[in-house]
Order: sequence, then structure tokens, then C-alpha cells
Amino acid sequence: MITAGIDMGSRSIKVILLEELKVDGAPQLKYGVKKAHIMMPGDLDQDVAADKAYDEALASAGLKREDVKAVFATGAGRKQVSFAAEGITEMTAGAKGANFMYPQGRTVVDVGAEEGRGMKTDAEGRAVDFAGNEKCAAGAGSFAEAMSRALQMSLKEFGDASLKSDKTIPMNAQCTVFAESEVVSLIHSATPKNDIAKAVLDAVASRVCAMVRRVGIEGEVVLIGGMVHNAGFVQSLKTAMGVDQISLPDMPEYISALGCAMIAAERQH
Amino acid sequence: MIANYGYKDGSGEYYISIDTDKCIGCAAERACLTACPKQMFEIITDDYDDEVAWIKKPNCRTLSYDCADCKPSGGYTSLPCMTACTPGAIKHSW
Ligand code: SF4
Ligand code: SF4
Repeated sequence: MITAGIDMGSRSIKVILLEELKVDGAPQLKYGVKKAHIMMPGDLDQDVAADKAYDEALASAGLKREDVKAVFATGAGRKQVSFAAEGITEMTAGAKGANFMYPQGRTVVDVGAEEGRGMKTDAEGRAVDFAGNEKCAAGAGSFAEAMSRALQMSLKEFGDASLKSDKTIPMNAQCTVFAESEVVSLIHSATPKNDIAKAVLDAVASRVCAMVRRVGIEGEVVLIGGMVHNAGFVQSLKTAMGVDQISLPDMPEYISALGCAMIAAERQH
Repeated sequence: MIANYGYKDGSGEYYISIDTDKCIGCAAERACLTACPKQMFEIITDDYDDEVAWIKKPNCRTLSYDCADCKPSGGYTSLPCMTACTPGAIKHSW
């Protein structure tokens, strides 16, 4: 059986085509990813973009729509996926996907482009406690990206630069607009770029950590979402959370789409 | 599930948490809906097909202002939402 999970993020659409396998006694081999596909919708309307992303994923997997038993959608724009049988919140989908990758993981931190959130999960991958920040985008990737642009660096270079700094420069502003002006004044005062990068990523990590602390840090910590690719942020988050290790899945931006496809499969039984 | 709705900003941490397990078959006949003068609560069907309360999206960004009338600066002893929700599902972080 094949199911699809579509994660309608604010910047990109992620599609997972999942095949349910029958391997007795090996639950981790219960599913295989047939295709992982990402599309940047650009100026397209979300409903048109969802159709296009899904068709592209099917075509590259050599499948047709009728080969897929159920399509579920998640993410902020999930209601725009008109062909999805059900919409699932990002908390439920992310917790499920993270639990599949790391069955011992109980604290899941999801940091995408526009939103960050913390979740506590049970052994089945059900979110039992979650907190986000409905007001502030400074605890998410797009803020770090905007700041990296101000320093004329890619987000990757920004993360690597931050790792070269051992300075702690607190950023007091809670709002992206004011934080941006703090960064501008650091640039004007000739603060080394590495230190500015670390200050920004520390600030994002501290905001994310505040959400995670609301639900409590317990067991193995798993980070999902695009910010996993930013080594500087991962280091800042470890420090802010006071943990030695954070589990980082492969293809972290697909974890919510994966969880969504898994839930779609489970609900067919 | 404990669902925390709200935000942290420069002035503090403002979250309302709802223990949604207590909303399933609510023993208070959904009293939160009428008790809140700002009508911030709403019943939704969650991902597990259970009918539970949540805070309406726009209010999640303005909680400190929305709840100000119920929380005078001189202090308060009870809140309408928490008093009405006899199962004890609602908590405020501030
Ligand atoms: S918040 Fe309280 S009153 Fe409202 S539905 Fe849940 S248990 Fe019932
Ligand atoms: S404190 Fe008052 S305004 Fe705030 S949620 Fe409770 S009843 Fe509503």
C-alpha cells in the first residue's frame, strides 16, 4: 500500500510517498520511502502548487494518483490541499515522523522557516504536550536567514561562522524588527562576523528553548525541520537546552511529511 | 495532550494550557465557551477525532491584552475560565 504525506510549509512543499512493507518482527522496517520530493511554490497559489508538487513526486516515482491509497496533508497551508482526505496538525505529524526515526526520542524540537515548536511524545509517537510561539518569528529559520543576508553570507556560511566564535553577545530584542537593528549596530561597531552570527543563532536557540522548556525536556532530544542543516544553530540549541546530544535525522525537512504519510497508512487499517 | 497556546515576548511569557484529555466528554458541559468574556475558547475536532477546546488563533497572539480585564494589576483570586472549567483543564502561565 502506498500513501502520501504533503507538508505545506510557508516556503516549500514537501511530499513523501510511503510504501507499507510487511516485515514481521521488525517494526522499523514497516515503511519504505518511495519518493521524497520538495518544491518551492514561488508565486503559485497554494492549491495549484500542491497539485504540481504532488504530480511531480508521482511522476518521478513512476506512479499515478490511483496508485496511492490515501493522501494526508499537514503544515500551515494544509487546508489548501483539496485532494487530501485529511489534514493533520504539524505537532501530530512531526511527533510521529520523529518517533519513527528515533523511537527513544521523547522531546521533539521542530524549527522550520517561519515557526518553531517544542513537543513531548509518548512511545507511540503521539504528541502529549506541545508549545509554539504564535507571535514571534525570531524563533525560526527565516529570521536567521534574514540576518545572514545582512552579513552577505549564506545560511550555511552563517552557521559555520558561528561555530568559530566563543563570544556570547546577548541580543535583547524579542521582535525580529528590533533584533535586526541590533545586528545592524553590531555591524557598525565592527563586531567580527563570526561573533554576530553566533549572537543571532544563540538568540534563535534561546527563543526555541523557551518553547521547549514549557513542555519540559525529557529523554532523547530530536531536532527536525530545515534548521538541522545549520551546524551553528544546533550547537547554540544544545547549549541553550543544556543537553550534550541532539539527534539529527537525515532529510530533516521531510519528517512532518513522513509522519503525515504514516498516519495516513495507519488509518487505512 | 497538554496544548500550550500563546507566546513569550519582551514583557513575559503568556500561555494558556489546556489538558485536552479532560475535554473529551467534558464534565462541565463546555462551560469555557460561555464563561470567557472574550469568547476565546472554541471546540475543535483534533487529530485523533476528539472534540476538545482550544484558544482561537487571533487570541493566541494577544493573550496578555485579552485577559487583562480578568487580571487586574492589584491581583485576582479566580479567573472565570478556570472557575467554570470544573475538570481543571485550564492553566495560565502568568
Ligand atoms: S476547557 Fe474545560 S470546560 Fe472547556 S471543554 Fe475542556 S474540560 Fe470542558
Ligand atoms: S482570564 Fe478571562 S479573558 Fe482570559 S481566558 Fe480566562 S476568562 Fe477569558
